[in-house]
Amino acid sequence: MSLSTKVLFNKAKQARRQVIETVHHAGAGHVGGPLSAIDLLTYLYFNEMKIDPSNPRDKDRDRFVLSKGHSAIALYSVLALRGYMPTEELKTFDSLNSRLQAHPDMNTLPGLDMSTGSLGQGISAAVGIALGAKLQNKDFRTYCMIGDGESQEGQVWEAADIGSKYGLDNLVVILDYNRLQQFGWNGENGKRKIPLTNPEQRWEAFGWYVITIDGHDFQDISSAFNEAREVKGKPVIIVANTVKGKGISFMENAYLWHSRVPTDEELTNAVSELSVEG
Amino acid sequence: MASLLSERKETMRDIFGETLLQFSQEDEKVYIVDGDLANSTKIDIVAMENPQKFLQMGIAEQNMLSVCSGLAATGLQPWAVTFAAFLSKRAIDQIQVQIAQPNLNVKMVGGYSGLLTGLTGKTHQSLEDIAIFRSLANMTVLAPADSVEVKKMMEFAREYDGPVYIRLARDPYPIIFNEDYNFQIGKAVYLKEGTDLTIISTGTQTSRAIEAAELLQEEGLSIAVLHMPSIKPLDEAAVVKAAEKTGYIVTAEEHSIYGGLGSAVAEVLAENKPTPMQRIGVKDLNSESAPNEELLNKYGLSVSHMADVIRIALKK
Repeated sequence: MSLSTKVLFNKAKQARRQVIETVHHAGAGHVGGPLSAIDLLTYLYFNEMKIDPSNPRDKDRDRFVLSKGHSAIALYSVLALRGYMPTEELKTFDSLNSRLQAHPDMNTLPGLDMSTGSLGQGISAAVGIALGAKLQNKDFRTYCMIGDGESQEGQVWEAADIGSKYGLDNLVVILDYNRLQQFGWNGENGKRKIPLTNPEQRWEAFGWYVITIDGHDFQDISSAFNEAREVKGKPVIIVANTVKGKGISFMENAYLWHSRVPTDEELTNAVSELSVEG
Repeated sequence: MASLLSERKETMRDIFGETLLQFSQEDEKVYIVDGDLANSTKIDIVAMENPQKFLQMGIAEQNMLSVCSGLAATGLQPWAVTFAAFLSKRAIDQIQVQIAQPNLNVKMVGGYSGLLTGLTGKTHQSLEDIAIFRSLANMTVLAPADSVEVKKMMEFAREYDGPVYIRLARDPYPIIFNEDYNFQIGKAVYLKEGTDLTIISTGTQTSRAIEAAELLQEEGLSIAVLHMPSIKPLDEAAVVKAAEKTGYIVTAEEHSIYGGLGSAVAEVLAENKPTPMQRIGVKDLNSESAPNEELLNKYGLSVSHMADVIRIALKK
């Protein structure tokens, strides 16, 4: 499948709307991080990964690990759009017996390739999956998304070291660089400090191939994944500059929307900003 | 009377390394994952003789266990081997979230468990690992008494699809079992019959329990020894039966008295057959580095301490 930029843009808008509606319906969940990640996830699931929603456990499928597991609702929203489950099922998010747990559970929903939620761990599992592919001479590729706040976990850098040592060129990690975390440090003029500085230099020092993009620009996203395919002998990190709360004006760049539930009025205002263009 | 303990002693980690090498040669799914302790845990034999099946993860246990989760998710069977102390504490969140909760087929082996870790002291001893692993859903927890049982447990673990934790000892122990011993998951093993009291023991304390029971036999006391190689699942029926038969239970483990075998047995008895009992293990103390015999004496794990506890129990 390869969708045009315009179609992707509308899909992502729809995915954003589903995120806001679901979090409002459930009365819980995260908003800011899912909105910064959703363009990248939309591209991955519609244009990049070799997957088949009707055969989600296919041994040769490409894998995706959402290391920043608290953005699960973004992944669920995109999986629903892609046909892994009925859109209606999003209403079960966070409720008893739901396949859509607060953090991804690989045992409940086929299509989830790894359980995550405790930060820093998903990227290591992605390293393990990519290594497993190499050891078994399998061609599938492994994708993983980490957060900039998450990058404060030491385990991320343990994984960076091992991914590089084993030359995992079948692994692409995407850094959702939205520049905010749940609370973080007081910065100047009432702003928050950036959770992670100089990501490009850090990853390069660990021996990774670094690509920097605008994580909301589908042309940029597309060329980054194409470039990543050509890299041999080392893993790739895409540093995606993103905006927390992207797509809804009053949520953008506001750390309070990390995990706030919109009121009825806020929901109406948000949805009005997300009408899909024909 | 001939002892149940062979005069021949073997080191668990030797047979462990040799068996793991064999598994790695026989089964394409088996990979051995190290945290830079291979020459202590004796899996260096795999690195030397079957290097393509040996994955070095360096001194980074958290990443190591999460990588194992990823390997298992692709259908491989990783065996993660490091010291019990690091496995059970440093990497426990990774084990819980990415191995136990998704029920992935990762085998975790803690070498150097318990108190006797070769003059390395409290940072490297592991007196909490049973308690920690036992509390995780989906987890199987095993503690062998000799090197024959190590191999039998490994054979079980290889066939079993799910997470397994095995705790091993550093130093040599007398052989108890012969080669046709049939290890069964969730089953206790009567090593010695008796009518006055039952010692329920696991791991390395089983050979000390036999020694204590044989010592007390000479004094006219009839002490049963029930070995519990499978701490989870636990053979609850055997615990209740032992309580009914002898009316007094003493548990013995090279572990803290909190949360280990003693606690597991107490839970079963309290709910099913309240019975007088005592737990032998390390009390609420931090240990230290010292020669084995001195540690056993000071922290109450020696044969003579066990015999004393039983004598006093039976006088009451």
